[in-house]
Amino acid sequence: MGFTAFNPTWLLSILPELLLLALAIVVLGVDLALPAERKRTLGLWTAAGLIVVLLVTLLVPLPQGPAFGGVVQIDGIAGVFRVIFLLGGILVALMSMDFQPLRQDGPYYGLLLFSLLGMSLMAIAENLVMLYVAMELTGISAYVLVGYMRETPQSAEAGLKYFLFGAFSSAVMLYGFSWLYAFAGGTGYAQVASAIGFVRFPLAVLAFLMVLVGFGFKVAMVPMHFWAPDVYQGAPTPITAFLSVGSKAAGFAVLLRALQFLFPALEMTWVVLLVAISMVTMTLGNTFAVWQKNIKRLLAYSSIAQAGYVLIGGAAASQMGVASAAFYLIVYTVMNIAAFAVVVQVSNLTGSEEIEGFSGLARRSSFLGWSLMLALFSLGGVPPFGGFVGKLLIFASAIQSGLIALTVVGVINVIIGLYYYLNVVKVVFERRSEQEQEPLEVPAPSKWVLGITMAAIVLLGILAYPVYQWVWQASAGWF
Amino acid sequence: MIPLSWYLILAAALFCIGIYGVLARRNAIAILMGVELMLNAVILNLLAFWRYGEPTTAVGQAFAAFVYAVAAAEVAVGLALIVVIYRSRRTTDIDQINLLKW
Repeated sequence: MGFTAFNPTWLLSILPELLLLALAIVVLGVDLALPAERKRTLGLWTAAGLIVVLLVTLLVPLPQGPAFGGVVQIDGIAGVFRVIFLLGGILVALMSMDFQPLRQDGPYYGLLLFSLLGMSLMAIAENLVMLYVAMELTGISAYVLVGYMRETPQSAEAGLKYFLFGAFSSAVMLYGFSWLYAFAGGTGYAQVASAIGFVRFPLAVLAFLMVLVGFGFKVAMVPMHFWAPDVYQGAPTPITAFLSVGSKAAGFAVLLRALQFLFPALEMTWVVLLVAISMVTMTLGNTFAVWQKNIKRLLAYSSIAQAGYVLIGGAAASQMGVASAAFYLIVYTVMNIAAFAVVVQVSNLTGSEEIEGFSGLARRSSFLGWSLMLALFSLGGVPPFGGFVGKLLIFASAIQSGLIALTVVGVINVIIGLYYYLNVVKVVFERRSEQEQEPLEVPAPSKWVLGITMAAIVLLGILAYPVYQWVWQASAGWF
Repeated sequence: MIPLSWYLILAAALFCIGIYGVLARRNAIAILMGVELMLNAVILNLLAFWRYGEPTTAVGQAFAAFVYAVAAAEVAVGLALIVVIYRSRRTTDIDQINLLKW
């Protein structure tokens, strides 16, 4: 590997990441200047900064292609994922402002931004060392955020569990990386990919499986899903939303890129493996969700099932597969955050996250009731919302690649999913409660979050074409 | 010179002992030590492959250094979480840290 001289345009190509880093430092600085009672405005600072970064990412034509001697690769799909993370970050920062049990301070929003920075780097990394550092930056910030409510035993316990699972899976993944380095004598994706075809098959597959453990932990796919329900339940609700969309999308960004550029030689193997994992993930997530009494646990199993749907797009191994997976992740980000934003409001009020506590919600606040219904309809795949179009595209990509059995299992799973989503809607609209006369005020930041997500859910459903077109063109560079 | 395979066998053994520690130990700190053993196996692997494979480039060494640094940060966060749990529950036994299940 030759030495490449430093080129100043490299800095420009990772401008969104540099801006995220600067924003994190600014937020930590503002935290020092603000008096204690006004710390809540840090959420606004964070969200406003992220909107600026999002605008820069969308509007400024940044240089594409490899940078820093091939350590990172900026391409269309990386751009799509950057937008997903930033959108998720803005919504999570706003909803954090309204979550009462959480203490509002600089480190919280700073860690949120560092975790976002890690995710953004994960999406562009094309080198094993870079990927490892980015994943750990995401992970370590997230461990702290999950355990951020120190006084709440559940939160600390969730943090410890997340940490132990995360450290274990990243150690297994690293052992796989060390073998990939041995095969290639280098850590660039292209180098490893060209070397892996010459390695004896069992050894190559073993290394692949070890790497998949680390990626699977991030996206919460079976059998690396055990942490998800416990961590989702114990973590502060905005952080649960953050993990379920940001961390998962980052895991998929890494997984999709690795399948295409790190393990193309093993395509026959990983297609079969992903088909199997996707089937089990969807089915297990959906069946366990049916029995849940706690809304956050229900959404945790639902998010495992949703990861199964996205994996279908990966298993399809085609441009349409990648494009539909990325499109689905955009839709999933808005609909899942919408559901959690309602959970934040209800748990502020009742102090619990049991599904029973949602009784009569629609009578107390029709805005919250309708928002939750729309989010759950979209998660369940009811037309004409975004979730329906996303699922349709994913299944279409599977059929195009000839994965008929997988499509059938997927459709059956969508029906199981509808059952428990509609069950929650039934509690919200049908079930009566004693306090249903007391109106429920929704604070402004949560109103914005719900307004944005509702608009996005509907628009992504009826006007899906321009967005899908954008994602399709972005993924063209890969195939 | 000691053959490469010896290093690899040692690393694999360390890795397996680490996994066993993670799965069999019930104390959170002992589990953390298991993870550390696994990371040491990784570092040993990287350095052995570097020395026997590509001693002219610094990639393997750099990777090992990164693993060291990041693992240290990870342990710091992990121990802090364990301390938080211990303060409220007076235990680090993960069988007794069971508020969240099913």
